[in-house]
Amino acid sequence: MEAAFTILSLLVIVAAWRVVTTQNVVRAALALVVVLAGMAPLFIMLAAEFVAVIQVLVYVGAVVVLFLFGIMLTRSPTDVPEDPDNRRRWPGLIVAVGLFGALWFSLTDAFGNTSVDPKRVSDTADVGSNLLRENVIAFEAVSVLLLAALIGAIVLARQD
Amino acid sequence: MSCGVDGSMTRHPWVIPLTAALASVVILFFGTRLPKRGAELGIASMAMGVALSAWLAVEWITGSGVPAVNQHVWFRYGDVNVDAGTLVDGLTVMMLVLVTVISLLVQIYSTNYMKNDRRYTHFFAILTLFTAAMEWLVMSANTLQMVFGWEVMGLCSFLLIGHWWEEKSNVHAAMKAFLTTRASDMGLVVGVIVLFFAAGQSFDVVELNTLALADGIPHGLLLAGAVALFVAVVGKSAQFPLHTWLPDAMAGPTPMSALIHAATMVVAGVFLLARLFPVFAQAFSIGDIGNDLGGLNPIAVIGSITIVIAALLAFVQHDIKKVLSYSTVSQLGYMVMAFGVGAWTAGAFHLFTHAFLKALLFLGAGSVSHVVHGFDLERDMGGLRKSMPVTHVTFAIGSAALIGIIPLSGFWSKEQITAQAGANGYVLFQVVALVGTFLTAGYMTRCYYLMFWGKHRGSSHPHESPLTITLPCVALAVATLLIGFLEAPALGIGLFSEWVAPAYLPAAEIGDRSTIDLVFVTELLIAAAGVGLAACALTKGFGPRSLAQRSAPARAMYGLLSNRYYLDWLYDRLVVNGIRRGLSWIVHWVDHNLIDNLVDLVGRSAVGTGVLVNRWFDTGVVDRVVNGTGGIAHRSGSALGHVQSGKVQRYAGVMLGTVTFVAVLLTAMR
Amino acid sequence: MLLVQYLGLAAVLFCLGVYGVIARKNGVMILMSVELLLNAVNLNLIAFGAAYDTAVGQVFALFVIAIAAVEVGVGLAIVLLIYRNRSTVDFDQIDELRG
Repeated sequence: MEAAFTILSLLVIVAAWRVVTTQNVVRAALALVVVLAGMAPLFIMLAAEFVAVIQVLVYVGAVVVLFLFGIMLTRSPTDVPEDPDNRRRWPGLIVAVGLFGALWFSLTDAFGNTSVDPKRVSDTADVGSNLLRENVIAFEAVSVLLLAALIGAIVLARQD
Repeated sequence: MSCGVDGSMTRHPWVIPLTAALASVVILFFGTRLPKRGAELGIASMAMGVALSAWLAVEWITGSGVPAVNQHVWFRYGDVNVDAGTLVDGLTVMMLVLVTVISLLVQIYSTNYMKNDRRYTHFFAILTLFTAAMEWLVMSANTLQMVFGWEVMGLCSFLLIGHWWEEKSNVHAAMKAFLTTRASDMGLVVGVIVLFFAAGQSFDVVELNTLALADGIPHGLLLAGAVALFVAVVGKSAQFPLHTWLPDAMAGPTPMSALIHAATMVVAGVFLLARLFPVFAQAFSIGDIGNDLGGLNPIAVIGSITIVIAALLAFVQHDIKKVLSYSTVSQLGYMVMAFGVGAWTAGAFHLFTHAFLKALLFLGAGSVSHVVHGFDLERDMGGLRKSMPVTHVTFAIGSAALIGIIPLSGFWSKEQITAQAGANGYVLFQVVALVGTFLTAGYMTRCYYLMFWGKHRGSSHPHESPLTITLPCVALAVATLLIGFLEAPALGIGLFSEWVAPAYLPAAEIGDRSTIDLVFVTELLIAAAGVGLAACALTKGFGPRSLAQRSAPARAMYGLLSNRYYLDWLYDRLVVNGIRRGLSWIVHWVDHNLIDNLVDLVGRSAVGTGVLVNRWFDTGVVDRVVNGTGGIAHRSGSALGHVQSGKVQRYAGVMLGTVTFVAVLLTAMR
Repeated sequence: MLLVQYLGLAAVLFCLGVYGVIARKNGVMILMSVELLLNAVNLNLIAFGAAYDTAVGQVFALFVIAIAAVEVGVGLAIVLLIYRNRSTVDFDQIDELRG
């Protein structure tokens, strides 16, 4: 279990690092695929199989495809690999590191001793019933949101 | 026969004004689009009003005779609940029947009379609204509601008098009417408030009356309240000295005059007297209730003065409507005087009969004027009895009733007043009433003669008016013939007093005479004498003008009358000019000499100081500071301006950075 | 397995995402960084859900996924429009809001 976690986390971190540092946009997109796909086993390890499957289906399957289309449609024809970063590299680094520090210290302080039961059995039925009972309004709202986004995206992007 | 439970109409009489009010609103907004331009809706609502009032009347007559009060809390303040509700008793029922029937007939009449009028729909809307307000007034259970109905009626009257506001004189008449009644309405408001506090913080009519009867209200306050209310009565019911507005109000359309200035609105004051009679009786010591039979009181005095002066004025009018309006003032004087001598039933009965016959007379006059295209008695009319038979007969019936010829209604009611005055010991007023009868006979005969006899002096070709005009006249004539018999003690009939008189009236006030006595006969004789004398004067040419030619005192009298006792002149000179010239002159002098000079002085010193300040402080110090500040602002602005680079990412970065900073801080601070 | 291990991983991912949002020029890459942020949050939610034995964590993670999909769709549409109008997706050059 621990081993699996370590490998996966390393993979994910490296891939994420590539996403934010690589010059080539397409490479960044592919690295993103690795990140997203790597998250799925992590979810399974946390006994959230349903979410893991959805993650693969939606994120890896749809969102990444969208990204690739987006990249394809917005590539400048000269395809000069320009500096993908702007002048804010160092401030960004500082902010990121600072934030990480704050988060790490707070988290370890608060949750240092909590553990997750590795043999935990998940209950997708629970998820389903929660979704359709306690949080049914949010559920419906998200449906409407999806519809709105669908229409919105079409309206925005169509050429007429 | 008495019922255990109040009838359904008795519990909800407010439906009657509600239908009228709703109809009025609909006519106002949509009337022009309806096929008959709103008139059909008005007539329908009036007809409904008649039906509902009749139903209410039946319920009342067959009921227990106990006044039914239905109230709900309207609003509260502190500990006091102010209710809103309806009071149904004999008086309410009588007034409702009167108002609805006459309103209906007037509206039917108006469909023809106002046929091509420029504001036909508006006329009907306001007429309907007026009826709603009057209905509301008569069923009010407390004085505060009454004020509401009273004021709305005043508004409708103003709107209708000024119906043809394109002519300036109509506007002036409307303003005069409105302002005079408004001034007197102050009395109403003051009276209502005084009585509210005097009666232990209650607006309720029944409560006020009961308290007054039981001597529960301190006399000083009661008197103050009653005086204030009486001022309102004087204004609204055109008594001396506030009667000047009514003849001018004839500038409005005739059907409106028939309804408002003859039958309904002007009797609102009399209605107030009737409704709150115990208050007035106790305050002014009237009749049996006030334990003072035969004494003088302001109500009777003003009423009697009004009878005589208005009747005299009616003699010298050239315009038929003016004659009728002065006649109305005079008859209102009768009603007021009746209440002033404690003759409640007589006064109320006279109100009832007079409404019908005066409306009849006005409608008849309208019918004639419509045909001869004018209102002038001497110039436009004459000899119409052959060419306008129906109008002639109905008008004759109305005149006879007004004069007081048996067996018409006017006779019974006027005779009642006269008799009751005597019975209660008010001999002086009895005499005045008889004088009034004589005068009434005189001017009405003159009027009737000039209209229908002799040669036709106008230039038109008279013919009878169409059915929509003559039918209401006929209906009213029939009513005039019949309703007198509701209360004819000599014939042993006392239906009116049985149905309408309130329970608190002692038997004496109700009028309990069943014999033909001296008063009865005298009344008749005097009326006959008046008619006879007038007829002679007219046919033999002794009219007021020819009399004036032959004798100086008569001429002076004629002059006095023609100028309406110079009352208008007096009001204009004293009140209006006094204020305009005297007061404003003083104010102007003060303003110009004192205040202006003061202001100038202040101005000059201000200028001097200002110059000094400007020279060394303003330029030296302030300017430098301001310029410096400006420079700083400019420079810091351009420096800070770089923040708004327009680059969204930078904004995001800044936000995240700030959040991080705060997070770090918080973590470190732990 | 300690909860904090997962949380730490999520924190790393989050901070990488933050860096990407601040420092990247290309609009599409900014959106990708946002995806990183959202994923980190998802991991957090599910980890907590597992630690405290509640289904709510997963439920909210599902919502986040749905909304992230929405956001990517609309966001890319906007980036597309910007590209069409300005022939560039360099966000440094898009400063119309300059005050």
